[in-house]
Amino acid sequence: MIETHLSLLIIVIPLMAAPVIAALPNGRLPWFVSTAVVWSVFILACWQLINIQTGNVISYELGGWAPPWGIEYRIDAANALVALIVAGMAAITLPYAAKSVSKEIPKRQHSLFYAAFILCYTGLLGITQTGDIFNLFVFLEISSLSSYALISLGKDRRALTAAYQYLIMGTIGATFFLIGVGLLYAMTGTLNMADLAQRLPELYEHRTIHTAFAFIMVGFALKLALFPLHLWLPNAYTYAPSVVTIFLAATATKVAVYVMLRVVFSVYDFSFIKATPTDELFLILCVMGILMMSFYAIYQTDAKRLLAYSSIAQIGYMMLGLALGSMLSVTATLVHMFNHALMKGALFMAIGAIVYRLGNSKIENFSGLGKHMPWTFAAIVIGGLSLIGVPGTAGFISKWYLVLAAIEQNNWLIVIVILLGSLLAVIYVWKLVEALYFKAPDNASTQTVKEAPLLLLIPTWVLVLANIYFGFDTEITVGTAQQAVQLLVSGGGK
Amino acid sequence: MFDYFIGHYNYWMVIVIMMAGFYTVISRGNLIKKIAGLNIFQVSVFLLYISVGTVEGGAAPIIEESVKLYSNPLPHVLILTAIVVGVATTALGLALVVRIKEAYDTIEEDEIHNQDRSL
Repeated sequence: MIETHLSLLIIVIPLMAAPVIAALPNGRLPWFVSTAVVWSVFILACWQLINIQTGNVISYELGGWAPPWGIEYRIDAANALVALIVAGMAAITLPYAAKSVSKEIPKRQHSLFYAAFILCYTGLLGITQTGDIFNLFVFLEISSLSSYALISLGKDRRALTAAYQYLIMGTIGATFFLIGVGLLYAMTGTLNMADLAQRLPELYEHRTIHTAFAFIMVGFALKLALFPLHLWLPNAYTYAPSVVTIFLAATATKVAVYVMLRVVFSVYDFSFIKATPTDELFLILCVMGILMMSFYAIYQTDAKRLLAYSSIAQIGYMMLGLALGSMLSVTATLVHMFNHALMKGALFMAIGAIVYRLGNSKIENFSGLGKHMPWTFAAIVIGGLSLIGVPGTAGFISKWYLVLAAIEQNNWLIVIVILLGSLLAVIYVWKLVEALYFKAPDNASTQTVKEAPLLLLIPTWVLVLANIYFGFDTEITVGTAQQAVQLLVSGGGK
Repeated sequence: MFDYFIGHYNYWMVIVIMMAGFYTVISRGNLIKKIAGLNIFQVSVFLLYISVGTVEGGAAPIIEESVKLYSNPLPHVLILTAIVVGVATTALGLALVVRIKEAYDTIEEDEIHNQDRSL
């Protein structure tokens, strides 16, 4: 019974839970219910991934209406992997939220905060599950609207302007996507992605199909903060409450990258992309993004903003894999989505622990904190090593595959850029380490700072250890990613 | 040629409205005007969808014995959803503007930037 409705339950449970949580009295209860929901969905997402392992594709017809007329949830290895990233990160973030949220968000807003969080979570999961392109738009807006509200809850008043800026940019992006979908529908008369994939090839010459593609690409480039459309991201990540930053940094941009992969490989196919200047354009933008954003990160004075700029650079790596368009490079993209969620999750959690004790994330106030918060400090070091891509950490695996993919195409420029990006990452990670450990504490207030509470440390360390674990055992990540790529690139989605 | 222009009248209007809205979002410094521009931009997309749904000579999509040809009702349904999304976006955007007004005492973008920079 559960197994047949698995793909739907992953969406319906949190969607139904959100209004219930909003109606609960403030206090412990909203947190408890959200955690229960998120963990049960996490189990279902694992179950879904196991079902997929055998290589089959789950097709779920909503309300019994057969596709392409009804909405179809179509799950293959790519969806299942991204759904697991979202479900897993939320499952680790919520235990962390208990303490962090009670410190950063006024108590009267707690139930609404968790309701918005669960809605955002539903939207992101929905994007990964659905096989209907208009349904995808609806889920995109569910997750976006709730994330604007979540970001605006930050303590600094600049959180409001950051949320506003994100709302304007995000809505433009989503509307561009809607225009693209409308044009596709006008040409093909279908909204089902698998059906679109069948009907599109004979229309490839048509100008409307090219226009639709351009609108969808630009729309999602805005959502995933591809350089130079990233302007909303640094402020949003810096001023949002710690928990929101952790969750959004680990999931929201990854889901947008997934949509990009889906559109490029399943709805259209890569030969179409090759015939347009899209892949060259993405290559140039990614290279510029990786280098410039890593430079920007070096000069930041706020730890959260530093990591935000590093995120934009890392998105460059993911899109680089897409632009190269080989089996190997798309595998690298998928693996990096997973690994980047782990490392950025761990780093933002560690910074969140410092914010919990210190009240802000200014690097100048970090002096000497490493000695008072040894566990948090160690988490930043290991997370940072993974971000750089040191062997033995998860970050190394994805960069290794990306480098291999670039070498395979004899694209040495890309190899150099990837290595250069890692060197720049060494500098900005060192900046954090230096401030935390090697600078003498200059004011009395940092002297009294204690180690972060256990409830913040445990989730952080779960992610840190995962970073090391997935640096050695690549069976789950690379194995699933390869399976997903097989389906994506060979047009298995059709 | 003339027929081509007149025949696609609604599509030309979609483009005009779209650009007017988009330009307003980009060029205006007043936060409420930006939201208004965003709204106009979204409305143009609604018009695009509804234009697509028209079938020449088709009747309203209500089943009737004597009618053989119907307009396509699906884009209308899609746009109903998109309108709801648009309303929610506008409401949230305006709510944020109210909060910004409380925090900064202004809704002009450059004044907000100046206040943030002087911090």
